[in-house]
Amino acid sequence: MANSCIKYEVVTKSYGKKIIIKELSLDIPADITTAIVGESGSGKSTLLQMANGLVIPEKGQVSIFSKPINKVSIREQRLKIGYSVQGAGLFPHLSVLHNVTLMARLLDWADDAIQSRFEYLLDLFELDPELSPRYPYSLSGGQQQRVSLCRAMMLNPPLLLLDEPFSALDPVTREIIHSEFLRLQAIESRTTVLVTHDMGEAMKLAQQVIVLYEGRIEQQGSVEDIQNNPASDYVETLFRVGGN
Amino acid sequence: MLRIYLINALLLALSTLLVLFSGAASSQATDSSRAYTIGSKNFNENYILGEIISQLLEDSGFTVDRNFGMSGTMVIYEALRTGEVDAYVEYSGTLAEVIFPGEGDSTPAELNQHLQSEGIEALQSFGFNNTYALAMKRDRAVDLGVETVSELAAQENIDLGFSVEFLNRADGWLGLIENYGFTQQAIGMDHGLAYQAIDAGTIDATDAYSTDGDLELFDLIILRDDLNFFPQYYAVPLIHQNLDPQVKNILRQLEGRIDEERMRDLNGRVMLDGKSFAEVASEFLTEEKLFTQTTSAVTGSSIWSNIYQNTLVHLQLTIIALSLGCLVGLPLGVIIYRSKKLSRGMLYVAGLMQTIPSLALLALFIPIFGIGKTPAIIALFLYSLLPILRSTITALLTIDPILKRAAEAIGMTRFQQLRFVLVPLALPNVLSGVKTAAIISIGTATLAAFIGAGGLGEPIVTGLALNNTDLILQGAIPAACLAIITEMLFDALERALVKPHMLVGQLPS
Repeated sequence: MANSCIKYEVVTKSYGKKIIIKELSLDIPADITTAIVGESGSGKSTLLQMANGLVIPEKGQVSIFSKPINKVSIREQRLKIGYSVQGAGLFPHLSVLHNVTLMARLLDWADDAIQSRFEYLLDLFELDPELSPRYPYSLSGGQQQRVSLCRAMMLNPPLLLLDEPFSALDPVTREIIHSEFLRLQAIESRTTVLVTHDMGEAMKLAQQVIVLYEGRIEQQGSVEDIQNNPASDYVETLFRVGGN
Repeated sequence: MLRIYLINALLLALSTLLVLFSGAASSQATDSSRAYTIGSKNFNENYILGEIISQLLEDSGFTVDRNFGMSGTMVIYEALRTGEVDAYVEYSGTLAEVIFPGEGDSTPAELNQHLQSEGIEALQSFGFNNTYALAMKRDRAVDLGVETVSELAAQENIDLGFSVEFLNRADGWLGLIENYGFTQQAIGMDHGLAYQAIDAGTIDATDAYSTDGDLELFDLIILRDDLNFFPQYYAVPLIHQNLDPQVKNILRQLEGRIDEERMRDLNGRVMLDGKSFAEVASEFLTEEKLFTQTTSAVTGSSIWSNIYQNTLVHLQLTIIALSLGCLVGLPLGVIIYRSKKLSRGMLYVAGLMQTIPSLALLALFIPIFGIGKTPAIIALFLYSLLPILRSTITALLTIDPILKRAAEAIGMTRFQQLRFVLVPLALPNVLSGVKTAAIISIGTATLAAFIGAGGLGEPIVTGLALNNTDLILQGAIPAACLAIITEMLFDALERALVKPHMLVGQLPS
């Protein structure tokens, strides 16, 4: 297997008395797409947010790019991590252009570099350039999610974290964005971690799948492994309900 | 990013205003070594006497700041003691009873001895004794054959109505019962209403002041205090000890100039003839040939310049207080909103502040901050804190957590998150909180006149003292207009700073 990009070492996280992640260790390989699949409350979002320091574990250690995450260093490292969430999380007071390019501006990128990267991303996600002065409220759900992906990709990060980015979309739109996503993967290979409750989506977009159940890993393996040898009833159930 | 610049420009403008106003305020303070501040209490006669003193000094070339209409003896006496007021007219009985309680009747010499320890000197009396008195309708008194208080006490079927303060004072009704043996019941009522009640025949006698200008209007006579029960209330100018001796000499010209009848007449010119205090004072000084310069006869300043001046002072009070409220409330809200305990605690304290009646808060401040603009601004500032703090905390707390997470996750620093995401998102709610604070301040600032801070409350306070609706409106209408203009300004500001789609759920404009 390729180099490890994210390394979890015996991490534990709880909210109040409820343990969300229980002494979990995991390597997420570089350059491929890994899907973390599980039902609501399985801890998959928490696990993802440990990778960019939004959640700090009580016990254990998370490293990215072979560097342990701490509260100070994570700020710099986040510039190398794209992040997109369900519902897009676009800033309502900023136009499409400013949503996508905000961070590049704050990092003092040259104007033409910003402009060309922005145009490239719009094109990649088949967004009409006329949308760029518009505000998020006036976009469709699919357009918002695409803009959110553009924002995540703006700084061309080596690592992309996606927290159920396609879940709120209608099936047709989801289908279209899925194919754009696959095309993107083909053009630029990068480490991508996709959190989803939809096993079908995981099968389609990822090369490796991690099934999470009550804060621990139920099964981990390639798409084929999981499909052919589901480790438990739970994994099988995920296939049944998510099987499009 | 245009909005960011606008916010910066706004902050800059606010701080500039603040500097300008505080500069204006402090330059006033340092110039007061040249100008003399004359105070007055908030009733007719005291306004006239304050105006007489002021005009007399102005006639001699001094600059005078008028700090008129202060509410209550303690307020104005404290102001004199701390040097914020250089002179005002007090009454000997009040000095004895209120300032030195339990000392009994004091001679002027004894009083002066007490006053000297406070750095204050009492000059000789104007000559009249404005004492409590019992008043009756002339024809009713003739019918009953009553001329003295003893004769009234001997009457069986009479109805008595007194002002509430008189009813409860040892030198009022309580003392009358003891000394004259009144056995009748008395009811308490507002002083102004008592005159109407006596006119209508509902009551037979009430308390009055011996120099009341409207005794004549209601055809009332004063019963002779045949047991000399009522303490003497001679009007005396109180001055700060280290006042220029020249000023003292000028004021001495007023000694013994005004007897009771003359004072009733002067009071009547305001109460009955509708003249201004300044006009009556000017008439008096002319009649007494006390003006050295013929040019200084006063015809009263125009309504408009008064309104203009009062509005300026009102704006000054409100803007400084509001700016302070923003300077403290906004950053404080930003700092503490993450902590539930701190937020709740601060909102509790700010809410508690709000429940203290404004007049009480102003009165509580007198021993600490004295009188005038400073305590008024501090009180207004405290009142503005709650709406500003609450709206800031609520605005920040109600921002969609996904947006906060997104801002953090894309790698913004704490400051960048605040400046580019949290503040713009909180802005609509924060603005409406500041707007509420501004409008509350404009309303509350009218009360600042009670502690001599001036502003649009001044004509209101004076109007209340004189029962003069015109005067009250001269304060109330501009204050209402200010509130409306403020509302409109904030709406305009909101339109400039906030995109329309960010105002979902707010009042349509």
